Amino acid sequence: MQLVLEKRVERSGTIALVSPLIAVGLTILTMVILFAILGKNPLLALHAYFIAPLTDGYSLQEIAVKATPLVMIAIGLSLCYLANAWNIGAEGQFLIGAVAGSWVAVKTQGTDAGAWVLPAMLVLAAAAGALYALIPAICKVKFGASEILTSLMLVYVADLFLDYLVRGPWRDPQGFNFPTTAEFDPVATVPLLIEGGRLHLGSIIALLVVAAAAILLGRTIKGFEIRVVGAAPRAARFGGFNANQLIILTFAVSGALAGLAGIIEVAGPIGHLQPGISPGYGFTAIIVAFLGRLNPVGILIAGLFLALTFIGGEQAQIAMKIPLDVTKVFQGILLFYVLACDSLILYRFKLVFPNRQVSRGAG
Amino acid sequence: MQAHQRMLDPTPNGQHSGDSPLLRTIGLTKRYGDFLANDAIDIDIWPSEIHALLGENGAGKSTLVKAIYGLIQPSAGEIRWQGQRIVLSGPSEARCLGIGMVFQHFSLFDNLTVAENVALGLDGKESFKDMSARLEQVSKTYGLPLDPRREVWQLSVGERQRIEIVRALMQDPKFLILDEPTAVLTPQEADQLFIVLERLKAEGRAILYISHKLEEVKRLCDTATILRGGRKVETCNPRRETAASLARMMVGGEIKEVKAASGRKTTVPRLVVDDLSLAPADAHGVRLEHISFELKGGEILGIAGVAGNGQDELFAALSGERLAKDPGTVVIEGIAAGHLSITQRRRLGAAFVPEERLGHGTAPRMKLSENALLTGHAASGMVRRGFIDTAATLKAVDRATETFDVRKAKRDPEAASLSGGNLQKFIVGREILRSPAVLVVNQPTWGVDAGAAAVIRQALLDLATAGAAVLVTSQDLDELAEIADRIAVMFHGRLSAPLAASEASREKLGLLMGGSSLEPKEAAHAAGA
Repeated sequence: MQLVLEKRVERSGTIALVSPLIAVGLTILTMVILFAILGKNPLLALHAYFIAPLTDGYSLQEIAVKATPLVMIAIGLSLCYLANAWNIGAEGQFLIGAVAGSWVAVKTQGTDAGAWVLPAMLVLAAAAGALYALIPAICKVKFGASEILTSLMLVYVADLFLDYLVRGPWRDPQGFNFPTTAEFDPVATVPLLIEGGRLHLGSIIALLVVAAAAILLGRTIKGFEIRVVGAAPRAARFGGFNANQLIILTFAVSGALAGLAGIIEVAGPIGHLQPGISPGYGFTAIIVAFLGRLNPVGILIAGLFLALTFIGGEQAQIAMKIPLDVTKVFQGILLFYVLACDSLILYRFKLVFPNRQVSRGAG
Repeated sequence: MQAHQRMLDPTPNGQHSGDSPLLRTIGLTKRYGDFLANDAIDIDIWPSEIHALLGENGAGKSTLVKAIYGLIQPSAGEIRWQGQRIVLSGPSEARCLGIGMVFQHFSLFDNLTVAENVALGLDGKESFKDMSARLEQVSKTYGLPLDPRREVWQLSVGERQRIEIVRALMQDPKFLILDEPTAVLTPQEADQLFIVLERLKAEGRAILYISHKLEEVKRLCDTATILRGGRKVETCNPRRETAASLARMMVGGEIKEVKAASGRKTTVPRLVVDDLSLAPADAHGVRLEHISFELKGGEILGIAGVAGNGQDELFAALSGERLAKDPGTVVIEGIAAGHLSITQRRRLGAAFVPEERLGHGTAPRMKLSENALLTGHAASGMVRRGFIDTAATLKAVDRATETFDVRKAKRDPEAASLSGGNLQKFIVGREILRSPAVLVVNQPTWGVDAGAAAVIRQALLDLATAGAAVLVTSQDLDELAEIADRIAVMFHGRLSAPLAASEASREKLGLLMGGSSLEPKEAAHAAGA
């Protein structure tokens, strides 16, 4: 008996929808084994991870807050990945956006600057994120440098640059030497949607981004170009689409969205610039993009799910003393299964029974 | 002849092994869901026999040979090899038995060299160096020259096929399956191949030969099995049949003959190429040198030539996939277009059909409607203010389907799910229905069955009759003779002066294709400074 992968005539639409669910199922199964090895009750752990956060209003808001940057970044990344441009550095673009936007907040601190401050921060953050993403894109187009490596390396540059700023020039004089800026003024803060709650305007922006991406990919010629360049580069050239232009465009858009997510995070839930503003949103968003099948609506759902694991991870740490790093293990295993299950879209498993031995060398 | 007699013997099984067929299928059936791709097919292949397998696209030829080669499992029936029942779990088992196959669609890795590709198909017991030497030896012996060190992506279709044939021959098969091997060869190359096949036959090997070229089958094959709609229609001696009677059995009716409307009038020049030279895109590509021709409305110019002599480069330069330095070297509808993109050239009224259907002419995993948009976005009203008119793209698919009889499982399937002939009809239809002023077609009927080929050629003629200028690059001289008004030959990146179709004998064209010039002063340097 032999298990073989057989190519499908046409890609399976059903499997395309079901494959992320299979991946989630397999991940949970693996986690159960992992919890058991750690000596924790798997059922209680799963409850802490996936059920408990859904049962109170505060956690629900927190899930939306966590999902906001994940979804915004993942939407941008999905455009890159569809166009076969591999932006791995969203984390860096997120940080640079946060820095650029914070510059406005820091410079207007304590002045009577008006309502223009927050919009200026958002625009500047998006522009800075886009410019930062253009570095690997241009290196790729002009010199053929691998965008995977360059974009990834620029993450560490951004990380250290932020570190320098909050420890040096931008440090809050009244901050007891902590590496942080002063709390942003109200005009430099993303407004809350619910008084006294956690949910903020950024979540609305994320929903708008999802809708815009759905229209771009489904209805416009530009979205079509992005998809063809990734799916069949030679046919795309025959169609008159310029792959290099699209690398530049998708990198710029994804950088802008990551930068925007960065400033929304800093000017929203956090309220000031400090090191560690991201628990790896830029990397987790890669998982979100693939778990969501590079589809805007899928990404929205996947973003909420991954946010749930962040919140659930915290709950599990508090309630059951399960290390927070298990959340990252969970996310890694999930990406692994998602990519593995994707092969089922183009292939199917088949059992082959050779019911009789082949005669060899008979002649 | 003798083989044919033996085939009629009802009890070959009871005899000793020398008199039993090398391979026989009994009631071989393959079912895909409700669809019977092969319906109880009996076929006997004898040693020292060249056996033709004839049939339209979708008749079940590919399914049958895939089952024999172990690529698919039959749903019912059996395969016997030298009298013993076999169940093949895969092609490697078939190769172990001595069954080799040369596919119509090549299974080569583009980024590997010729030798590496061949090594992948062998069992790997000999060293790479020995294998390379043997590869060169085999390719020389059989007159199929190959440089083992070149990477596949730089090779032409004809050269790629040579790799496949040589790879199969290196396994010393007792039985060789060839799927439309001459589709990409010149007459001389085909003759060369026939010598190879005759020799293999004389060595006692059996050959199953799939082809649409009936004259070729009559000339080469001892036996022919004809399939239609998944069933065997007949096994006969093709030499006793006429091409017309074979075609009737294949189609189950008469084939429409391609007819040119008489008295086609040529009008103004619509495509002018003036001293076009272009450096190759990569080190192994062909340099285009001083190519000039003028093509008027109502006229079909054929470009003959062995694959890999600059046809692809010329197509890229004409389509705008590669840009010329001097805008005036390519003039479309009176406008210098050498510097314009493919989209801008389409807007001038040009349309293009490349050689490769999957991956170049279409995005394989995208729907037909999206593939209609691929070239239609330039000038067909499918895009308004950046937004796609999905209804318009679907309508384009429906129109191509109706006009060109494209057969497919549903209204808007993925391109890759169509058979070669149907996909080619779709692609040609997609371009022609845009009513182009200039149509540039590369290998319009490569690997396409007789019925679809006739439809496509007729469409090209009708387009010219309607006043368009049509440039057809083809390695099929019969095709060019059938539709072209003038024929020029490409050799080493140069284009000969066009000959009137009436003067272009196979001999003359064959000489030009081999690099000789007819009248050295005129032909070879017709376009020279």
